Amino acid sequence: MEEKLTLFKNRKRFGIEKNIDIIFKNTALVLSSFVAIILLGIILVVFFQSFESFSRYGLKFLVTSEWNPVKDEYGAFTAIYGTLVTSFFSLLITIPLGVGTAIFITEDFVPKVFREILGSFVELLAAIPSVVLGLWAIFVMEPFFRAFFVFLHNFFGWIPLFSTEPTGRNSLLAILILVVMLLPIVTSIARDSLNQVPKKLRNAAYGIGASRWKTIFSVILPAALSGIMAGVLLALGRAMGETMAVTMIIGNSNAFSWSLLSPGYTISSMLANQFGEADGSQVSSLFYAAFVLMILSLVVNIFAQLLVKKFSLKY
Amino acid sequence: MNSLYYQKRLSRNIGDKFFTSLSVICALIAILPLIFLVTYILIKGGSQITPELFTLEPNPPGDDLDAGGINPALIGTLIITTIASIIAIPVGVGGGIYLAEYSKGGAFSRFIRFGVNVLAGVPSIIAGVFIYALIVSTKILFGSMYSGLAGGMALSILMLPTVIKTTDEGLKLVPSELRYASLGVGASMYTTILKVTLPSAFRSIATGVVLGIARAAGETAPLIFTALFSYYYITGFGDLFYEMGSLAVLIYNFALEPYDAQNKLAWAASFILVLSILSVNIFSRILAAFNEKTKRL
Repeated sequence: MEEKLTLFKNRKRFGIEKNIDIIFKNTALVLSSFVAIILLGIILVVFFQSFESFSRYGLKFLVTSEWNPVKDEYGAFTAIYGTLVTSFFSLLITIPLGVGTAIFITEDFVPKVFREILGSFVELLAAIPSVVLGLWAIFVMEPFFRAFFVFLHNFFGWIPLFSTEPTGRNSLLAILILVVMLLPIVTSIARDSLNQVPKKLRNAAYGIGASRWKTIFSVILPAALSGIMAGVLLALGRAMGETMAVTMIIGNSNAFSWSLLSPGYTISSMLANQFGEADGSQVSSLFYAAFVLMILSLVVNIFAQLLVKKFSLKY
Repeated sequence: MNSLYYQKRLSRNIGDKFFTSLSVICALIAILPLIFLVTYILIKGGSQITPELFTLEPNPPGDDLDAGGINPALIGTLIITTIASIIAIPVGVGGGIYLAEYSKGGAFSRFIRFGVNVLAGVPSIIAGVFIYALIVSTKILFGSMYSGLAGGMALSILMLPTVIKTTDEGLKLVPSELRYASLGVGASMYTTILKVTLPSAFRSIATGVVLGIARAAGETAPLIFTALFSYYYITGFGDLFYEMGSLAVLIYNFALEPYDAQNKLAWAASFILVLSILSVNIFSRILAAFNEKTKRL
């Protein structure tokens, strides 16, 4: 017994090596908690900086659209409306397009090589910086769509959304450039979740005589729905926070209008435009707007995470 | 009679044809922007490329004849991205090591993984706002306000989630047998990680990190009120504490100028930015495909 113990004792590591091991583990632990620290830091810092504006305007800030540094009156309704409306309409266009493309990539209409090339093309679109998309939108997209906007106004001007005369940059252009940015996100996540649907579901549907699209609509899409939904939510978070391309093309006007053909504002474009030159209580109001944006995107993102977690192991 | 044959006019077959063509149209619309965009940038931007572009300072807008070059912005992007990498890579790799090697799936690691995903979804401009409040407005960095250093910090916040995620996932793919073998011959945990698991996951981690860096290089929103912009050459170490230009902010500023010469400079900068980002992406894609192939053999 005694002999065994000494043997065991001799096999112990040297103290210094043991310490290095412990230090290494704890360093990794501290580094991994940096994520939580930064996340909490962002929330706290933005909240405390917006406190002055928050206590002065309260929730009225969210529903008034006066933004006047001279009179010291601030309300972010135009920007909040712009954020929500651009995100909503861009998703409305992106979802069918992205899911349609994902179906094309996962079905066997064309040989696999072409589909793989198409898939990586769409993903490359995600790598293009948004400021470059903005540049392209200003000089290529805006002139290209000008005639179309005039047409929209002339024929659908009775709808409030198209009620103003199109003049240069406007919210609708921001929506279109957002579609270009969101398409890769929705497509690649929809493709992944369509690919994860087990083969036997498809074979079973074919076996009882369903046609290809009957199978897609009644079996495959419902099975992949939760994954696609999570992708849509991630895209929504992205759309709300997207800054550069939108700022460059939306026209940056705080005058409220229901129309998509008039210049607008989003929270992020307001921040990008005014933060550099702001001082006094304007800074605090901008932090308030940033806080609203952060809460919106946090809620959407957390919801997306929960959705992914809840449904990821269904099959 | 001949119901065993394919019947074109059957409503289900017509419907199938209709939806198939619909999805083909979707796919076409999805790739059209990329093709238009890339060809336009290559043609429009490529035609602006001259040797002077890489050596001159940009001229302040107003002089419509000659816009100068983008040297300070090019160097600035390299410096700011390097600063971001110096901060984000050690923190991210260390955090990823903890998640993949030490944590046992408890509440803490689940919370951190959740936080990584949430941080990845934080709008990039919020990172800029955060650094502005923390560093720029407090002048905590030796009294300097807008600086390349602050810009690099803002970018590192955006890179961090990518680096942690790729490290975590890369390490999880390393077979456990390697770990058991190393621990079995008496290596300590940190030797096992540094000498066995990290090296065998190196390629996948490196690919992810490089993609993250490429992404950060094109980010603009966090820089516009942290690093701001500068027209002047970067001459020495001290310039880190002053306003610093970058390609992305140059594109933003000069795209909104009414002068043609500045617009052209923006196109040239886009050409360089897009070309380098796309080539990094394509290269890493080919490398990943190659890895897959060699693994299967």
